[in-house]
Amino acid sequence: MSLLIYGTISSIVLALYAAGFSLTYGISGLANFAHGALYILSGFIAWSFLNQVELPYFLSALLSIIISGLIGFGIYWGLLLRVRGIPLAELVVTFAAGVAILELLMWKGFYGIQYSLPLFMEGGVEIKGVAVDYQRLFVIGTGVVLVVLLWLFVHHTKIGLAFRGMAQNERTALSVGIESDWIGSLSLAFGSALAGVAAIVILPMGLMESAIGYEVLIYALAVAIVGGLESTSGVIVASFILGFGQVATAKFLSAKWMIIVPLVAIIFVLVIRPSGLFGKFKELEERI
Amino acid sequence: MAEVEARYRKKRLDRGIKARADTIFAIASYRDILYLLLPRALPVILLLVLPLLFKGYWNKVIIYSCMIGLLALSWDFLASCGLFSLGQSLFFGLGAYVAGTLSYYFHWSPIFTIPIAVLGGGLLSAGLLSPVLRLRGVYFAMVTLMMPLLFMKMIETTGLVGGSHGLSSLTPFPNEWVAIYLAVGAFLVCLFVFRRAINEDYGLVLRAIRDDDRAVMSAAINIYWRKTQALFVAGAVGGFAGAFMTHHYQFVGMSVFALDYSILPLAASALGGPGTFAGPALGSMILVPLSEALRALGGLRIALYCFILILSVIALPEGIFHYIERKYHQFERLVRVG
Amino acid sequence: MKHFGGVQAVHDVSFSLRRGEFLGIIGPNGSGKTTLVNLITGFVRPDSGKIIYRGKNITGKKPYTIAGLGIVRTFQMVRLFYNLPAYKNLIIPLSSSRVKKLRGGKYGERDDVAVDLLDDMGFERDSFVPYKLAGSLPHGYLKRLDLARAMALRPDLLILDELFSGMAMSEVASTLPLIEKFHEEGLTIIMIEHRLKELFRVVDRVMVLNFGEKIAGGSPQEVMSTEAVKKAYLGIEVEIG
Repeated sequence: MSLLIYGTISSIVLALYAAGFSLTYGISGLANFAHGALYILSGFIAWSFLNQVELPYFLSALLSIIISGLIGFGIYWGLLLRVRGIPLAELVVTFAAGVAILELLMWKGFYGIQYSLPLFMEGGVEIKGVAVDYQRLFVIGTGVVLVVLLWLFVHHTKIGLAFRGMAQNERTALSVGIESDWIGSLSLAFGSALAGVAAIVILPMGLMESAIGYEVLIYALAVAIVGGLESTSGVIVASFILGFGQVATAKFLSAKWMIIVPLVAIIFVLVIRPSGLFGKFKELEERI
Repeated sequence: MAEVEARYRKKRLDRGIKARADTIFAIASYRDILYLLLPRALPVILLLVLPLLFKGYWNKVIIYSCMIGLLALSWDFLASCGLFSLGQSLFFGLGAYVAGTLSYYFHWSPIFTIPIAVLGGGLLSAGLLSPVLRLRGVYFAMVTLMMPLLFMKMIETTGLVGGSHGLSSLTPFPNEWVAIYLAVGAFLVCLFVFRRAINEDYGLVLRAIRDDDRAVMSAAINIYWRKTQALFVAGAVGGFAGAFMTHHYQFVGMSVFALDYSILPLAASALGGPGTFAGPALGSMILVPLSEALRALGGLRIALYCFILILSVIALPEGIFHYIERKYHQFERLVRVG
Repeated sequence: MKHFGGVQAVHDVSFSLRRGEFLGIIGPNGSGKTTLVNLITGFVRPDSGKIIYRGKNITGKKPYTIAGLGIVRTFQMVRLFYNLPAYKNLIIPLSSSRVKKLRGGKYGERDDVAVDLLDDMGFERDSFVPYKLAGSLPHGYLKRLDLARAMALRPDLLILDELFSGMAMSEVASTLPLIEKFHEEGLTIIMIEHRLKELFRVVDRVMVLNFGEKIAGGSPQEVMSTEAVKKAYLGIEVEIG
């Protein structure tokens, strides 16, 4: 039973990690390798607002999410504009930006017990003999709401459809009046904001430190690749597969092996079925 | 009558001596020969002579520069056939551990461990990465990013080959002159071999694969086999660097798979100018001493490499080497227009 | 002897080809001619159907394997390496294992072989045309370079995809005899073309595609008098003389 509950929690956590990354990629084909860094950065911003400017919790949380979005926006206009369209250069630039952010944070001494975000609500509840604290329930709640909203946005709103049209065929979309750079920067902004949301919700459960940034990136990548880079349902399914995989590994082997699960999963999927479980672009190698 | 403002444009001309010296038939004087020879000979002479002048610490810097230079060269080699690696530390680490384990468990000396690490590194790299060759470049980059991390975590969790503690007290080089001249020698040999190879037919095919792999496929060439060969070479070169450093430090640990060994060669190549081999070499020779000079900054250095990398990619994609080359071969002057 | 039977999304094409035959494939744009070539040469996998070459089933093999067996194609959108000199473009096919087997070419001779080949194709060696950057050559030369690239592999079956498109009359006039010569020397050729007059002069027989289906086959006269073909081309009259 505990396996089920912890598995679910783990899965939703993974989905939250991946949501922002998947959104950015789904909308504008941009693989944002700075995703993990932005996650930690928003946590840091929230912490600063909370402890140094001493703003109330909700305000700090909200501000940090907005600022993350703005930073994402800024990254696009500042860095990515000039290399837009060259996927490898985009990758390198976002990756280097992410590493730079994380290493800067680490250099400033951003690790230690005092760096943590407060819980949304103290205390916990028992579900069928398993102790679950409110924070984790909050995580599940946020995760579900977020995924549902994402799904609706991407599949049903006008803007969402415009975004998807953009992703599928840029030239046609351009000729219908959708501007590529705005879409790109907005997608990065939204993705970063989502990273911020995930940070606010998940970070209180542990400590904040730069190393987590790399892990979040790997998890997001794993979910995106296993599920299929363009698919929202893929994110959900992959999160659950990986989430339960992790929890099972922790239970039956040991917690140390948990990080290996996503790494192996990525390589496995790329070799066997590169487009992922739900990926639409099957013929990755057949580009005529 | 409208007034036309005088405007100026930059006019670039090849130097006279370049025009004369460019074809082998036209070398007419020692000056021409020197013009061609100097830029090639100077770095070689410098690298061979400097170790005699420096002592101790800066010699270590030269060694480290050469090793990163080797990693940068192997990166450029892969990039020449379209394989973009974000994980040079994989090659480095594999070679390091092969040499390290042989040295630790069997007490073999560098004379044996290094060649075996070179071969082993090449085979392992090619084997590990060849399944990913059929995918788009982005996926290759992602896998190369993950692999070193995977190895790091596996070593940490399984505790094999020394685990988190690593293997220490390994056999060193007989003396420091052997070490430094081996490093410099390997670096120079690699540089010149690669530069030569890329202009020969073999390199031509590799570059063609990068430019248009479908056209190469229709010319009855198995591009995946060629790419695997490139992986072998890159793995071998990177493995040499790893094996060398293992014996140099007399230690090998998980840190050989660290991000530093992936980012520094990448930044060096981007800075110097990818595609030219001389660029990455130059970039390493600039960045590594720089980073050593800035030792006090500690962890900030990686952020610095990243800044340089981003800047190079965005602002100066052709790299420093091309810029210098251009200045050497051409001169500019302002010419009035209108 | 070469068999091909395939059903793909919109296709249903079957034909066979004898060694030494010269087959022309014609049809309006979008009728699937290039896709057919892609299927035969391995760039696209058929959803169903088989391709049999000299008794061996080559369906689904990689393009380089198929080229290595002797089926060589040119591309409708010319695929050359524009930043290399023209003759260097030929180094790539000359470096293939097929050529190594056939020519036993030693290292270092490839440059000479390349220039000779180009000279045969009409690139005047003396005026240094082979040494010019491919990107600086006019379109007609590029098409002939593509042809040279294909011939460098010493094909057994040559597939030409709209070789003459974009060529001036004089260039067509100088290239057509080359192709005839190859045919006389025993090369099996499939030629996709829109310029029917020139095509009909050299082919043994013709196959017509429309909307991914084969609508006619036979000699040029037979084919051009078929109702379906006339409809497809909407009243274009071609004199077969």
